[in-house]
Amino acid sequence: MAVERFPVEASHILMFARAIGDENPVYTDPASPEAAAFGGVIAPPTFTMAASQFDPDHVLRPKPGEPWFGSAREPSGAEVTRTGKLHAEQHFEYHRPLVAGEVLTATERAGETWQKESKRGGTLSFEELYIDYTNVETGELVVTARFVTVIPSQVPTQG
Amino acid sequence: MALSAASLQVGDSRSDVVLDNVSRTQIVMYAGASGDYNPLHSDEVYVTQVAGYPTVFAHGMLSMGATGRVLTDWVGNGRLKSYGVRFVNQVWPGDTLTATATVDAIREEGGQHYADFTVVTVNQDDKPVVTGTATAIVDP
Repeated sequence: MAVERFPVEASHILMFARAIGDENPVYTDPASPEAAAFGGVIAPPTFTMAASQFDPDHVLRPKPGEPWFGSAREPSGAEVTRTGKLHAEQHFEYHRPLVAGEVLTATERAGETWQKESKRGGTLSFEELYIDYTNVETGELVVTARFVTVIPSQVPTQG
Repeated sequence: MALSAASLQVGDSRSDVVLDNVSRTQIVMYAGASGDYNPLHSDEVYVTQVAGYPTVFAHGMLSMGATGRVLTDWVGNGRLKSYGVRFVNQVWPGDTLTATATVDAIREEGGQHYADFTVVTVNQDDKPVVTGTATAIVDP
């Protein structure tokens, strides 16, 4: 995911905070003393995931004029290439709090790849991806995210 | 309130119900806010007839986001230095998630005090759904 401009806005943070069930005033109320201590509402620790709203090519969002793989007239609207990719791990490093009003850019860089044998999923192919979220004005690195995805060679049995 | 190293001991822990009786609507709220509109999380027709699951399930990142509250409510706002998890089991509508953070280490580095935590979130059957670690800045 490469995002040129990810505006971090108070109303978006409010919606995100509600969505994770955390209505701490430092996220939801710009007039609170908690938010005032930071000069505005700050973002919850996992908020940078919402940068995908600003990724023009985000594949997990329906787009006008393009087939969407969810149900409509039919149970599925498009043939999807099933990669079977699963989100295995997610890590964040916080260089400082992220405050509403900032504009970030998200740039990605590849990490390691490795394989592991498992009883449930056969050969597991892991892939690591880093995303750096940088303030566009100051060039300051604010958050580093590390995504680990896994593709099992067979459908994992429920366990 | 900011936490201080002097008030902490290795092994101290805190637990909280971070999502109670997860609703399909809560999962839809997460899809809308995060931008992850994968129909696996909101589209009952697609998920049962095409993907072959019993019903929709929550985004892993919803569980990670909700779990973060047990940390931030304890260490204070804007104090986390790192937070990482593995997704170990799916979360289904009706699940209730309890997150527990435990102090793993208290240390000083370059004049700054830190607390390291392990974190685990379980469902109502005591089955872990996310497990991970976090580090926070603490007062001396």
